[in-house]
Amino acid sequence: MLSAPEVLDHNYLESRCLLLELAATLDRLDRARAGGGSDSVESDDRLQRIRASLTILADRDATPDRAERILRLFSDPAEG
Amino acid sequence: MQIIQPHYHAIARTAQDYERMAMSGVVAVCEPAFWAGFSRKYPETFIDYFRQISEFEPTRAAEFGIRHFCWVAVNPKEAENPGLSRAVIEQMPEFFKKPTVLGVGETGLHKSSPSECEIMEAQTQMAIDHDQLLLIHTPHLGDKLHGTRRVLEILERMPVNPDKVWIDHVEEHTIRMVKDRGYWLGFTLYPITKCSPKRAVDLIEKYGGERTLVNSSADWGPSDPFLLQECILEFRRRGHSLQEAIEIFYNNPARYLGQNPKFDIKPIRVEEIR
Ligand SMILES: [Zn+2]
Repeated sequence: MLSAPEVLDHNYLESRCLLLELAATLDRLDRARAGGGSDSVESDDRLQRIRASLTILADRDATPDRAERILRLFSDPAEG
Repeated sequence: MQIIQPHYHAIARTAQDYERMAMSGVVAVCEPAFWAGFSRKYPETFIDYFRQISEFEPTRAAEFGIRHFCWVAVNPKEAENPGLSRAVIEQMPEFFKKPTVLGVGETGLHKSSPSECEIMEAQTQMAIDHDQLLLIHTPHLGDKLHGTRRVLEILERMPVNPDKVWIDHVEEHTIRMVKDRGYWLGFTLYPITKCSPKRAVDLIEKYGGERTLVNSSADWGPSDPFLLQECILEFRRRGHSLQEAIEIFYNNPARYLGQNPKFDIKPIRVEEIR
């Protein structure tokens, strides 16, 4: 297993890149909404899930099960 | 679609890349002189490198029907050695006479040290004196914001014609300052460390495609020549027309590079036959 500084080293640039892509995606969405037309995404539950997962990422005290929690967030409810 | 790859380090890539680029519509690549991954010791090593990209590499590209052009310069990393840099710069005018050399590039900054600034200035002056195009590299990652500002400060003090200057590797935080001053700007698509195909299309949609060049650079590091094609696909998937794509990925490089008459590939328009 890698040490904490090694994990940061190995993943820093990739994390930076993933964050930028996510930021750019949200910017793209906002630009499209500002462009007019029907704004139906605010109530779209996919957008809500994206926002909810961001709060999990932003929580400094979160336990190391963030990936699992985000997957649960994106899971469909059981039928019936 | 026909594509011009305006920034490509062919010597670090295989013939297979040329073959695939040719199959994907690339008709020309331009190779700026850059850092070889280690710092060279002798001016002669640079001169041989310039010979390689101005004499040999065009023959390798020609086997796949691709036109190859190049630029000569001491790159910012090796500008850290001003004695060596001066010895190389002195010999650059010889290369301006070669049929496929388009100008001075890539100069610019890496860490923005005093030596780098001095050598960028000297090479900018050389481009002005010899009426050459000028390709400026801006730093990577955390150094980019202040390095780009520094590049612009240096250019501002010199009698450069913005039409002839291409400032490369701009991203969201540096595009406005470059665009506002009327320079050409470049998006360099990299897997992790520079711009991505989607973000490049965002920037084109947000700021317009004028004076904009898109390249995937592609060198000896983690890089991918086909990010350029990925960007074109993304651009088209967002509903932009074929002609709009041609404007950015073919006509813009033809316009900028065509300011040097050696680059004789002209802008094109698609028309229906009636
Ligand atoms: Zn560069």
